[in-house]
Amino acid sequence: MNMKKSGILSAAAAAVLGCAAPAAHAAWTLNMTPGITAISRRVYELHMLMYWWCVAIAIFVFGWMIYSIVRFRKSQGAVADAKLVHNTTAEIIWTILPVLILIIMAVPAARTLIETEDATNTELTIRITGYQWKWGYEYVDTGVTVLSTLDRASNAARQLGSGIDPRQVPNYLLEVDHPLVVPAGVKVRLLVTAQDVIHSWWVPALAIKKDAIPGFLNEAWFKIDSDRTGLFRGQCAELCGRDHGFMPIVIDVRSKADFAAWMQTQKALQQPAEPTAAAAAAAAAASAAAAAAAAGPAHTS
Amino acid sequence: MAYTAHADAHDGHDHPPSGIWRWLSTTNHKDIGTLYLVFAGIMFFVGGAMAMAIRLELFKPGLQYFDPAFFNSLTTMHALAMIFGAIMPAWVGLANWMIPLQVGAPDMALPRMNNFSFWLLPFAFTLLLLGFFVPGGAPAGGWTLYPPLSLQGGDSFPLAIFAIHLMGASSIMGAINVIVTIMNMRAPGMTLLRMPLFVWTWLITAYLLIAVMPVLAGAVTMLLTDHFFGTSFFSASGGGDPVMFQHIFWFFGHPEVYILILPAFGVVSEIIPTFSRKPLFGYEAMVYATASIAFLSFIVWAHHMFTVGMPLAGELFFMLSTMLIAIPTGVKVFNWCATMWRGSLSFEPPMLFALAFLFLFSIGGFSGLMLAIAPADFQYQDTYFVVAHFHYVLVPGSIFAIMGAVYYWLPKWTGHMYDMKLATWHFWLSAVFVNVLFFPQHFLGLAGMPRRVPDYATQFADWNMVSSIGGFAFGLSQLLFPYVIWKCIRGGEKAAARVWEGAHGLEWELPSPPAYHSWQEAPTIGVIEHGAEHWAEHEGWH
Repeated sequence: MNMKKSGILSAAAAAVLGCAAPAAHAAWTLNMTPGITAISRRVYELHMLMYWWCVAIAIFVFGWMIYSIVRFRKSQGAVADAKLVHNTTAEIIWTILPVLILIIMAVPAARTLIETEDATNTELTIRITGYQWKWGYEYVDTGVTVLSTLDRASNAARQLGSGIDPRQVPNYLLEVDHPLVVPAGVKVRLLVTAQDVIHSWWVPALAIKKDAIPGFLNEAWFKIDSDRTGLFRGQCAELCGRDHGFMPIVIDVRSKADFAAWMQTQKALQQPAEPTAAAAAAAAAASAAAAAAAAGPAHTS
Repeated sequence: MAYTAHADAHDGHDHPPSGIWRWLSTTNHKDIGTLYLVFAGIMFFVGGAMAMAIRLELFKPGLQYFDPAFFNSLTTMHALAMIFGAIMPAWVGLANWMIPLQVGAPDMALPRMNNFSFWLLPFAFTLLLLGFFVPGGAPAGGWTLYPPLSLQGGDSFPLAIFAIHLMGASSIMGAINVIVTIMNMRAPGMTLLRMPLFVWTWLITAYLLIAVMPVLAGAVTMLLTDHFFGTSFFSASGGGDPVMFQHIFWFFGHPEVYILILPAFGVVSEIIPTFSRKPLFGYEAMVYATASIAFLSFIVWAHHMFTVGMPLAGELFFMLSTMLIAIPTGVKVFNWCATMWRGSLSFEPPMLFALAFLFLFSIGGFSGLMLAIAPADFQYQDTYFVVAHFHYVLVPGSIFAIMGAVYYWLPKWTGHMYDMKLATWHFWLSAVFVNVLFFPQHFLGLAGMPRRVPDYATQFADWNMVSSIGGFAFGLSQLLFPYVIWKCIRGGEKAAARVWEGAHGLEWELPSPPAYHSWQEAPTIGVIEHGAEHWAEHEGWH
């Protein structure tokens, strides 16, 4: 159903623009991603449901307006019916009818909302900390940490007057040095906080956007479909100062077994040496190399 | 019109002093209305210039012109200039000009305070704009001033706080003036339920202003003491709560958005009946719907904060209460449609702007309804989808209504007709390019582009370029507006008292332009009913 709808949207876009959308990257994108979790698909369906309700109401209301504009023109000899100034029945109908429509909308919305807030029975907890302007990840109770910043190529290209064409930089502004590695098919709990100012951790494919607030621990969770491994991208969504636009998020989704293997390597690398910052960075660099080697097909958000 | 002759005869010693002193010392509602409108026009172009700079930087990916910190100042100052400098003063200017004319009062109730509340504004905005020239640059933490980020501001931070205090004081005084004028100075026979909708919506707006401007003042004062006097209202490390600021801010901020739009509902409710040659359909329902929207505006604030980590019960409450706003808003749209139904429509510039308002504000309403759905809002929050939403309700919403109002009453103010052809051009260019500018931003937001970023991933490049082209064309088209007004002030075909054949209401009983002091004697019931024109005989017209 949703595939069909987004198909209609894309077709409409192509018709409007008179050109085929290039396949290289998601240019001329019109709509939200259905994502890679059950919740993100629910959110997408909710979004499309609301969209089609709005389209239906728009057809009715705009149709009414356009009909009036065409039909009741003074230049076409229309004479005003000045007695038509009040109708209690009409007022009641156009108050009650929207109430009913809103109830129909509210039921699935409330259901999805309740589902998104159910962070019970998680198997892995990751603590996310926002900094100006990078993300820190800590796999709770394992001692494994990852510090994730904008990759060098993007960082060089994004400098004022760098002379580097962003189109020549792969995943410009959406690439990090060390992605967050997560397992597919596991319910993962996120604890989100910040060190300095408020940030917001947003990965569209997970339908998670959670503010990272100093002094607060916000909770979120996801369970990625077992078969959806690969790279997924997001960005900071709360204005956090000068480089707000330059602290992307990349999650590297691996199968349970691959994730377990990665975790073992990281533990070995990070734990015994009582890791200093430099050691942690080196370990993270090693993990990034591993990630690059193991990465599945890349997805852009 | 015997009244007018009488007024003119006694007018000799009431002529204003000439030169700059007239404008500095004036207590005349028409002069002060003009001052407000001119000030709003200037700030519209100042804020617009910042918008052009923003769209220039976003024309293509990569940073071409501005440092990211300066870009953040541009978005912050664009919002403050447009909200507090352009839209709000424009509404106060229209209130000053039109409320006394429409309720049959000789002037605003508190004329000296009226002068003071205007003259605070140039000082407020001098302080605010001075921020660009002090160390650290202009405020760059967003117009929402969220701490801890806003506390990282440089020397412009206290300037902005004091500017906001002055704007707030000005707004509160303006609101008190509107309420006292409407409550005490209506002509005998001008009952509350006979007042034009513009007066009604302004009365309700004024109460909103008095309720929430002190809340904003409190919030920014706490920011000030956190920054300079060692308090920790919003600092977690000192036992404070950064989210509390957001609650306080949006308790102000949500009614604030209705402060920006309710008078627009009033203006559209004046213009559509005039050019449909039919009374407003469902007058009382319109009044009650406006009051309902104002009430709801106080219980929906946290829908701006769905991602801060509220308890489930809070999210459910704010989602459902927000959805309720669709009901009175729907009632208003349906009543406007019904007003046009079986009317006799003509399409002069004010009507064109009102019709564009109807269509495009509705689009903003639809995206608003989508944004109310909390789980979906997790995806929309802080993206260009939100940017598209609030620009749809503010630009083709509030600003088109202000332009419609100016084109509606300009001949009344100046005594001249304006260049209809140029005004129609202004309309069509604005209406087309406002959509080229803002509609693609829906797509950008859904595709994943966050707001308030100076640069973006290449997959967002295409729609950003379209949006920027729309922005430049929209911005250039606006230059027609002051030109048409200037030309009209300078001269033109003489305007009749009742400028538009379908117009009704007391302002059209006065000559165009009205005397410097109008309604020095209250209009009689006969005049009020003549103001209601041929519609008075029909039931349903009060």
